Amino acid sequence: MALSTERLGLFNPDKPMENRLTDLGPRHYWQYFPPVIQNNYGKWTHHEILEPGVLVHVSETGDKVFTVRCGGCRFMTVEHVREICDIADKHCDGYVRFTTRNNIEFMTDSQDKLDALKKDLQSRKHVSGSYKFPLGGTGAGLTNIVHTQGYIHCHTPATDASAMVKAVLDDLFEYFQGMTFPAQVRISMACCLNMCGAVHCSDIALLGYHRKPPIVDSQVLDNVCEIPLVIAACPTGAISPAKTEDGKKTVKIKNERCMFCGNCYTMCMALPLSDKEGDGVTILAGGKISNRISPPKFSKVVVPFLPNNFPRFPEVCSDVKKIVEAYAADANKYERIGDWAERIGWEKFFEKCGLDFTEHLIDDYRLQYDTYRTSTQFKYTEASWAVSKAAGGVE
Amino acid sequence: MAFEPREEQTKLKYQELRIYSDEELNNYTEDELKSFKVKHNIPDLDELEKGPWPSFVADSKREALRRHKLPEDRMMIKPEVVEDMLGQLQLSFDHGETHWKHGGIVGVFGYGGGVIGRYSDMQDTFPSIAHFHTMRVNQPASKFYDTDYLRTICDLWEYRGSGMMNMHGSTGDIIFLGTFTEQLEPIFFELGHVLQQDLGGSGSNLRTPSCCIGKARCEWSCYDTQEMCYELTHFYQDELHRPAFPYKFKFKFDGCPNGCVASIARSDMSFIGNWRDDIRIDQAAVKAYMGGEIAPNGGAHAGRDWGKFDIQKEVIDLCPTSCMWMEGDTLKIDDKECTRCMHCINVMPQALRPGKDTGVSLLFGAKAPILEGAQMSVLTIPFMKTEPPYDNVKEVVEKVWDWWMEEGKNRERLGELIQRYGIPKFLEVLEIPPMPQMVTAPRANPYIFWKEEDVEGGWDRSIDDYRSRHAR
Repeated sequence: MALSTERLGLFNPDKPMENRLTDLGPRHYWQYFPPVIQNNYGKWTHHEILEPGVLVHVSETGDKVFTVRCGGCRFMTVEHVREICDIADKHCDGYVRFTTRNNIEFMTDSQDKLDALKKDLQSRKHVSGSYKFPLGGTGAGLTNIVHTQGYIHCHTPATDASAMVKAVLDDLFEYFQGMTFPAQVRISMACCLNMCGAVHCSDIALLGYHRKPPIVDSQVLDNVCEIPLVIAACPTGAISPAKTEDGKKTVKIKNERCMFCGNCYTMCMALPLSDKEGDGVTILAGGKISNRISPPKFSKVVVPFLPNNFPRFPEVCSDVKKIVEAYAADANKYERIGDWAERIGWEKFFEKCGLDFTEHLIDDYRLQYDTYRTSTQFKYTEASWAVSKAAGGVE
Repeated sequence: MAFEPREEQTKLKYQELRIYSDEELNNYTEDELKSFKVKHNIPDLDELEKGPWPSFVADSKREALRRHKLPEDRMMIKPEVVEDMLGQLQLSFDHGETHWKHGGIVGVFGYGGGVIGRYSDMQDTFPSIAHFHTMRVNQPASKFYDTDYLRTICDLWEYRGSGMMNMHGSTGDIIFLGTFTEQLEPIFFELGHVLQQDLGGSGSNLRTPSCCIGKARCEWSCYDTQEMCYELTHFYQDELHRPAFPYKFKFKFDGCPNGCVASIARSDMSFIGNWRDDIRIDQAAVKAYMGGEIAPNGGAHAGRDWGKFDIQKEVIDLCPTSCMWMEGDTLKIDDKECTRCMHCINVMPQALRPGKDTGVSLLFGAKAPILEGAQMSVLTIPFMKTEPPYDNVKEVVEKVWDWWMEEGKNRERLGELIQRYGIPKFLEVLEIPPMPQMVTAPRANPYIFWKEEDVEGGWDRSIDDYRSRHAR
């Protein structure tokens, strides 16, 4: 059955339940494995990275599969997907795969085909000059930045995603195409605290953030929202019931209690937060997912706020670069950013990265005690001398 | 291996399914693209065409041009949809605020998820994105495709949608980005009838499960991640499409403790492959690593001169449990002390491999910060053997869901519920005993919530009896 071209296709609005197929689930994966994958499923013995972006996996049968990993934009048009198909048809018998981090992987079973594939991918550029399929994202390097929708589709973002990711990856492109770090570096980006991208365990997390409490749209609030639910939605109890001068039910916000999480706006469209000056970017660092050497860990806030300087976010790019360069220069082999920061001490992390430590970075939310340092083990940095001088007795 | 789809699937052949002719698919020249200007002034986006990283703006422009040149009756959504999206994006940069309205309840009959309603708040300026609904299409496990499938999806989405998509969304679905309400049912019917393909999850239901590449192309996967992902996705279709939960619920399947799909950070139920026997050692390959014949870590560090490989410094001294040592030129591992962190295996993949007696560890409760702070999953069931159709896993899943649906508050994730009630209650729900492996350390406070039945004589006491021994 071909795809329909009727305006409503196979759907009959007069009988909406007729011929409705439901609960089919996803298609079965096996049919999309190229033969070399089918034949060696569960038989792989090891792999090697031949060069940045190129892997070979070796099977106990002696078979090999060569993979070329390319950076991809999470956002892509059907034009781009069709071009991916052209490449897959030309070099890979019509198979292709995408990774969890929005990379594109082309696979082939021989060295000859690999060389042609690589050359083809490297030659493809957009008319305005950017690569379409940059090779990289392997080993001790930077891989693709996973991100959320931003202004392209989302109703709650505090910044844009695609633009920031493009800007940061342009800036760090050499690291995507190289393997010069002590270990892999995973950068992730989410446009607001909801973190549909779950960036909270990344080596570096870029997070859109609001800084102004919601504006109350009292004219409609009682009509479009359940006031008790809105009040209950606030984690700090900053929202309470109120009445307008003309007697309409609404809510009021205790601004000094607001932590700008936006949960109230998620529950109620009459409480928008976004604001040109208020919104911006927070940087977190030192998280990881893998259990390798040390357990998985959360990223920690290391830069409290940077402005939304569209389209290239120079302040964000600059601080990210400070972190990765200090890390690359100082960390031991195999050490992730978080492992490095813990070994040298976070005070040294700020010193080496050239980042300011401000009071915003000291936790004052519910589990703050977990981060108190209750020890005399510390290292002297300028920040510690500044405290001693302020307290008196030290010149 | 039994890799049978639940229902027979016809092989999709693009040539039989296609909408657009080759001529229509190649309807512009490179010169036309170079001189093409979208209908809105978008200086900030033009800037994002520069630089080496693939430009989503450059990509958008070619789709905009293609649609511009297609006859208008060859698309159900206006040709300017890409241009209007770019225009609104520029305006969002100018204003420092999004221009998408809050919410929008749309969907397909009988489903409570899979479609995200979205409307522009600038509909007069950008009429072709007045509606910009998203559809989540449930990806095949670990995101392998053939081009027949992808090209068919592309024709469908060009014809009935914006031609813009995400490969893939954060949870793993293929995201169709932007269509009008009228086309939601037609797209759903085409997906089902022509592609035998369903939507994914959204809202307070089971979200689209996802898995790592697993045994398809990885030597470390301790179970069939694709197969378990496929089976559980199909088995729980009702939970995936019809919201009955307090909030979202995610399954993610990692084949080993390296955790490539980040299940431990972002799934309410994290499946992580593990083993219980000994790490397999090939002593000859160990020697080859030590002699510099094989690059450590699969060559991951080749971009920099880190000096000669030193097994003591790079493997043995970094082992978190210090359970490895050399005896002469033989590598020894005290496996009962090993916590299977994967470091030594990652560094010397040709010499060391996970054991053969493999299974899965189950951890629960990860989530992003909203609301009470981020959580990672807590180790709960250390090791489980399981085979298709994974009945023992399903039993655990259903115990968890029954409890969460009974006790969970609106928009309370499982991890928050576990924190509210405490792990001991969660263990009671799962009918499993406690183990020290569930915590990093025992509690430091003595505030134990003793139950009455645990205390000899119960809690009912007479004050008169007490006063018979103690004056007021």
